Amino acid sequence: MAAPLCVQLEFGGGAELLFDGVRKHQVTLPIQPGPWDIRCLLVWIKENLLKERLELFMQGDSVRPGILVLINEADWELMGELDYQLQDQDNVVFISTLHGG
Amino acid sequence: MKCKEGPPVLIIRVGDAFCKACFKDYFVHKFRATLGKNRCIFPGEKVLLAFSGGPASSAMVRQVQEGLSRDAAKKLRFKPGIVFVDEGAVCGQDLGKRREVHSQVEMILRATGFPFHLVHLEEVFDLPGSILRSISHNATDDSQSYKEAVDGFIRRQQQQQSERTGDSLPGQLSELSVRCPPGKEAVEVPGPLSVSHTAELTHLFRAVKTLTAKEELLQTLRNHLILHVARTNGYTKVMMGDSCTRVAVKLLANLCLGRGAFLAGDTGFSDSRHGDVLVLRPMREYSAKEIAFYNRLFGVPAVFTPSLDTKVRGAALHRSSPPVPAAQIQRPCSPPPPAPGRPPHYPLISFLYKLQSEFPATISTVYRTGEKLGTTPRDAGGDAEPERCLLCLCHLDTSVVDGSSLQSTLLSEELCRKPPPSAGSGCCGGAPNETGCCRSSPTAGAVPSQAVLFPLLCYSCRLTVKDMTCLEPLPPYVHSEAERRQRRAAMKQEIQEFLLEDDLPAS
Ligand SMILES: [Zn+2]
Ligand SMILES: [Zn+2]
Repeated sequence: MAAPLCVQLEFGGGAELLFDGVRKHQVTLPIQPGPWDIRCLLVWIKENLLKERLELFMQGDSVRPGILVLINEADWELMGELDYQLQDQDNVVFISTLHGG
Repeated sequence: MKCKEGPPVLIIRVGDAFCKACFKDYFVHKFRATLGKNRCIFPGEKVLLAFSGGPASSAMVRQVQEGLSRDAAKKLRFKPGIVFVDEGAVCGQDLGKRREVHSQVEMILRATGFPFHLVHLEEVFDLPGSILRSISHNATDDSQSYKEAVDGFIRRQQQQQSERTGDSLPGQLSELSVRCPPGKEAVEVPGPLSVSHTAELTHLFRAVKTLTAKEELLQTLRNHLILHVARTNGYTKVMMGDSCTRVAVKLLANLCLGRGAFLAGDTGFSDSRHGDVLVLRPMREYSAKEIAFYNRLFGVPAVFTPSLDTKVRGAALHRSSPPVPAAQIQRPCSPPPPAPGRPPHYPLISFLYKLQSEFPATISTVYRTGEKLGTTPRDAGGDAEPERCLLCLCHLDTSVVDGSSLQSTLLSEELCRKPPPSAGSGCCGGAPNETGCCRSSPTAGAVPSQAVLFPLLCYSCRLTVKDMTCLEPLPPYVHSEAERRQRRAAMKQEIQEFLLEDDLPAS
C-alpha cells in the first residue's frame, strides 16, 4: 500500500441519523499492511465515525440486515460484499430500509 | 443476468442480476401489471396518492408520472392527485422544522404537475363524524363494465383526436386541464396552523402510554384525514405506498396486535372498508430493496421525516455526549416498555430482516401468506350493514369478540383502576349497556370511559385505547360518532324488546 485511500461514504434512508445527520463523509483511510476491504472499512467506521447505537448499524462484522450497501452505485452483493477491496476514490453508500415507508 | 449488454447493478433474487436499464423496465412494468391485473381503476377516475415523503410512496408517485408519460397504448388513464399529511407536531418538530419540511414537500409535489393537498394532522380535530361511517355505493367494477368504461374512454379520446387539427390550442388545453386543472382546487396549501389544535394533538399523544399504541393511533388518524381529503375532493381511490416488506411487517404486526381476522383488508391490494373510497396498495409487490435501489439509481427525491420511533431514538442520537457503550445508553432512552405481545413495528422489521438474512425467502413467504387470505368473507352477500369498528372500520365479529375473555379482562381492569367518576354513580359501575341506575351519563358531552367505547371497537383498537390514560383528548368526531352508535344500539334494543313483547301472545 503506497498511499492512503480517499473514499466517499454516504448514508441514507435514515442511517444518517447515526452519523449526526450528515449524509456525505469524505474520508481518508490510513496506510495499513493489508488491503482495505469492506470488512476493514466497517471496523474503521465503527471506531471513527459511529459513536453511538452501534447495534443499529452493525451486526457481527457486517452491516445489520436491512441496511443496503452500494459500491460505486452497484449492489455490493455483485462485488464480493465484505471481501471487496477498496480503490482510491471509491463511493460507498449505506441505505437503511429499516425506517419508514 | 437478463440482458448481455449493460453491466449488472443489482441482484433481486439469487442469481437474478439486472443492469440499470433492465431494472427500470422491470420496475415500471410491475406497477402497470399490478394495476392492470386488478382492473379496478376506471379511465378518467380521480385517484389520490398518499405521499409520506418516504421511499415507497415517493417511488409510487414516480411510477404514476412514468405511467402518464407513456405512449397511448401503455398510458395510465386516471387523474392523479397527491396528499401529504404533516405529522410534525406528533414527531416533536418545532414550527421552523415543520415549515422547512413543508417547503421541501411542496417543491417536490409542484414538480410533479399533479394537483396536491398539503394538510396538517391537526385538522383531524375538525373532521365530521361521518368519516367513521362506511358509505355504501353501487359496486360497478366487475370486469364487464370495466371493459365498457375503457372502450368508451378510448372512443371519446379518438373522437377528440379527430376533431383536433394537429396540435391545436383547444386540444393542448384539454390535455393540460387534466394534468393541472386551473382554479383553487389544483393546489391546496393549508391555512395558518391552529395553535390550539396543535396543543390538543400533543395532549392526545401524551395520553397514550406505549409507542405501539401511538403508532397505531397515528396511523388511524392519518387514514381518517386522507379519507376526508379524498371524499371532499371527489377522489374515489386512494393509493397507499406500502412495500412488500412493509406489508410483511404489517402482517406480523397485525397478528401480534390481534388483528388476525382482518389481515386481508389491512394488507391486500384493495381495501373496501370505507365503501365509497377504495384503498389500493400498488407497491405491495416491491421489496424495500427494490424501492431503495430504484430511488437511488433514478434520482427519486425523498423527504426524510422522522417517524414516532425515530424521534424516540433520535433524541438519543442527537445528544452530544461522549461515546458510551451502546449497551449502557440503551436503557434510559429506549421507548416505554410495550404491553406484552405488542411489539412496536421497528423491532418487528429488524426481526424480519434477521430472519430474511438467514432464510432468504422469509419476506416473500410471509407476504404470499397474506396473499392467500381472501378478503373478508362478510363482504359477499348479506343485505344488513355489518357492524364496523368505530376507529378502523374493520368488520366487528361481535359474536366472537363480545364473548371473549378479553373483554371481561379489560373491563375488570378498567373498573379496578378507575374510581367511580362521582359519588352517586358508583352503584352500577358505569355499565356499558345503560341498564344501571346511572344510564343518563353517556349523553350530552360526557367523556366516555374505556368501558363504553370497547363494545364499538375491534380487538386491536381496544388494545390501543386501553393504552390511553384518558379518552377525553380524542378528536370530537370520535366522541360524536360513538354517541350516535350508542344511541342507535339503544334504540335497536328497545325496538327488539318491543317486538318481542308483541310477539309473545301470538305464539
Ligand atoms: Zn440489461
Ligand atoms: Zn379497529
